[in-house]
Amino acid sequence: MSEPKRDLVESPEQAASTGTLAARISLSQRAGGVIVPVATVVFAFLMGGLVVLATGHNPLLAYRDIFDGAGLNWIFHPTTNTAINGGVPAQAAFNLSQTLLQTTTLILTGLAVAFAFRCGMFNIGGQGQYFVGIIVASWLGVDFAGMSAFPHILLALSAATLAGAVWAGIAGVLKATVGAHEVISTIMLNWIAYYVASWLFGDGGPLHWSGAANATTPLSNPVSPSAQLPVFWGTGGGFGGLDIGFFVALAALVVFWILLNRTTLGYEVRAVGFNPDAAAYGGINVKKNLIRAMAISGAFAGLAGALDLLGGNTSNFQYGPLDVQVSQVGFIGIAVALLGRNTAVGTFLGALLFGSLLYGTTQGLTSNVIQTDLATNLTYIIQGLVVLFVGADILILYLWNSRRRLRPRRAPHAPAKAAA
Amino acid sequence: MRGIRKEFPGVVANDDVSLGVRRGEVHALLGENGAGKSTLMNILYGLYRPDAGEILLNGERVVFSSARDAIRAGIGMVHQHFMLIPVMTVAENIVLGVEPRDGLLLDERGAERSVLELSERFGLAVNPGSLVRDITVGQEQRVEILKALYRGADLLILDEPTAVLTPQEAGELFEIIRSLQADGKSIIFITHKLKEVLEIADRITVLRRGKTIETVPREGATEASLARAMVGREVLLRVEKQPAQAGETLLEVEDLWVSDDRGIEKVRGVSFQVRAGEIVGLAGVDGNGQTELIEALTGLRPAERGEIRVGGRELRHASARETLDAGLGHIPEDRQRRGLVLEFSLAENIALHDYATPPDSRWGWLFPGRLIARARQLIEEFDVRGGGPLTPAGALSGGNQQKLVAARELARDPQALIAAQPTRGLDVGAIEYLHRRLVAERDEGRAILLVSLELDEILSLSDRILVIYEGEIVGEHTGEVSEERIGLEMLGSERKVPA
Repeated sequence: MSEPKRDLVESPEQAASTGTLAARISLSQRAGGVIVPVATVVFAFLMGGLVVLATGHNPLLAYRDIFDGAGLNWIFHPTTNTAINGGVPAQAAFNLSQTLLQTTTLILTGLAVAFAFRCGMFNIGGQGQYFVGIIVASWLGVDFAGMSAFPHILLALSAATLAGAVWAGIAGVLKATVGAHEVISTIMLNWIAYYVASWLFGDGGPLHWSGAANATTPLSNPVSPSAQLPVFWGTGGGFGGLDIGFFVALAALVVFWILLNRTTLGYEVRAVGFNPDAAAYGGINVKKNLIRAMAISGAFAGLAGALDLLGGNTSNFQYGPLDVQVSQVGFIGIAVALLGRNTAVGTFLGALLFGSLLYGTTQGLTSNVIQTDLATNLTYIIQGLVVLFVGADILILYLWNSRRRLRPRRAPHAPAKAAA
Repeated sequence: MRGIRKEFPGVVANDDVSLGVRRGEVHALLGENGAGKSTLMNILYGLYRPDAGEILLNGERVVFSSARDAIRAGIGMVHQHFMLIPVMTVAENIVLGVEPRDGLLLDERGAERSVLELSERFGLAVNPGSLVRDITVGQEQRVEILKALYRGADLLILDEPTAVLTPQEAGELFEIIRSLQADGKSIIFITHKLKEVLEIADRITVLRRGKTIETVPREGATEASLARAMVGREVLLRVEKQPAQAGETLLEVEDLWVSDDRGIEKVRGVSFQVRAGEIVGLAGVDGNGQTELIEALTGLRPAERGEIRVGGRELRHASARETLDAGLGHIPEDRQRRGLVLEFSLAENIALHDYATPPDSRWGWLFPGRLIARARQLIEEFDVRGGGPLTPAGALSGGNQQKLVAARELARDPQALIAAQPTRGLDVGAIEYLHRRLVAERDEGRAILLVSLELDEILSLSDRILVIYEGEIVGEHTGEVSEERIGLEMLGSERKVPA
């Protein structure tokens, strides 16, 4: 009772004081929990910089412009920049608002991967669950146009969240009942969602833009204004300012943390994730937890889709087969979660990083600074490197440890030895 | 080694430790888990650098910055967990890294020849051409010893060499050690088994909590004196207990049949009862259905047919949760795989059965403060050392992990308790503690089923002994019974045909 606010596993420093070998291993692994992601990012940016260099440009300038393009320079002069869409100095604020829109989506697709991971599963299906969320949000956001704003938004968001949960839950049920591996089944569910969405939103599809003038435009009906999320920073409308979806995503981070750390549900999820045999022995229903954890994962991704559509983060509150083809947010969510070590704070930081990259590489980069074809792809290069290297804990820990081993050799504490 | 000191963050693993090994000597390094034996040997083998102190080899001061230096100086080490490559042959494993070459290629014939020579010289029978994955654990160990000898080791460190061996293999290992000794090799033998020390060692150094306690010759040393030096107090090697006051039947099994994952019947018509206030020991060679029997009793594996009752409650189709609720406690045979979530804190592990009910939680909301408070109380009561409520369970030593499991199970006040291999891998002090605790729990009126592969343990604790062989109970004994008789039954030679 005396320390209700503390985490249930102590920090590495505290654990190390017990001093056994296992404690030290766990220390270096947890220390690696910060070292590995940071080292990974640094290394990925170095490699990305080399690619920029190879095309004959200065990587430092390119990264500076991406930084500015993401609006991150706003933090240096926030007060002069409060107005958005009003002149050059406000550009930074606008860029930042757009970066945070991307971050909103990535927080949720990142959580979709992270939650399943904490239960020992790898949810590759965030992309499909995101599409399902978009489909349901589009249907409800268009068809229930008569509702007043708040209930309409609530209805569309909850239904899309539920739909994402059901979609991912299918993979959970398959794993729990017939043992189908979730990596395979979520990938297959991605493709089903991909084609279903393409058909629904495409020409002649049930959710296609009605009216003769739009017959050949591959887009859905625009979401009714009553279901559009209020904008609190910048101007509304398609590709407008930052909407309240950002706060929904922040709330989701809190929910994620509380679920895992303060509820019996989270206790079960983590027990199953760490050691299903011990969990079963403890009286936990492992299969139920696999299904439930997948469903909760999918809920995050479904919510991501709904927020994107209702927030106008897609083409003017519409969605189409072309959007389906180019969307990568579910997959970037994997890099976000891996980089964030499947924690709430880590996922937020990872989402901010990739959000900045995604938006920063589309803004104001001139061919003087970077080859324009390369700009967007740089994000994907860095994403790929992150996924590749973040799994390389052992390698990075080894390098880190050998760095420490080398140090005493350079400065041997000879007096102590001589005295002995 | 003189005045060795090694600190890890927050703990002194070795504090002014000195160890002298003479040529041609078998020197036992004795100590409980965590006494600093492995640290000391890792320093000698060049894996760690001491913070203070020096190593003298043949009178000369040496500094090893890696295992390579130590090997060059004639030191060899056989780790507890073997480091062999399964898909390579015995000879290839032995010469790995220092291969005889024929041009650019490995001189396979030359390698096999020198391995054969070595193995004949020291009486270490191995087949140089077999693949390592095909040989037994005992043979793997010989390969490791040969590997060290091949690299010219004069001083051989054997880290808990008998932990993985059958008694017969251990006997063979001792023969090998004697022939190495006759050849002038020195051997450091790390262990916490007292009997072995008295059988093989010339001199014995005892470590306790990172300090050298004493170095004594074997002559004059007894199990009791060594145990006292190791633990730091008198140790009762025999369990003191009164005759059982058996009461009503609490655990009852009738004609139980259980299959393993591959559908093979591992438990074949087992029936027995355990009454309140008695310990029933189930003896048997590993793999004769004990694991499946326990899993069926505890709801972790479905039984094909038969009946299980705990306190009169029918549990054949029960889930693990229902067996827990019926008052069945279970100390699992594998505490790291089953008994604990190693990444969880002690507090979370203690809550493993009861996290979902008040006071741990209410309406799905967990109360970490209450978990911690209860953990603190049980850690104190069961004397779990090495960490507080927030320490990850994986950071504890094996003995303390087992105490943690026992604390959790016993604190639930079970009617019947299944204790499977409760002291496997533990040191003297922890074994003594758990044995006393089990007897005390018996006297509290619990029904205890003790499943163990250690016949000594079964004999010293049980009020009644059952012998299982190929999934059937082939013997039942109350009162005095000879070890030989049970040993024979365990091997199936006294098999009774069930009526």
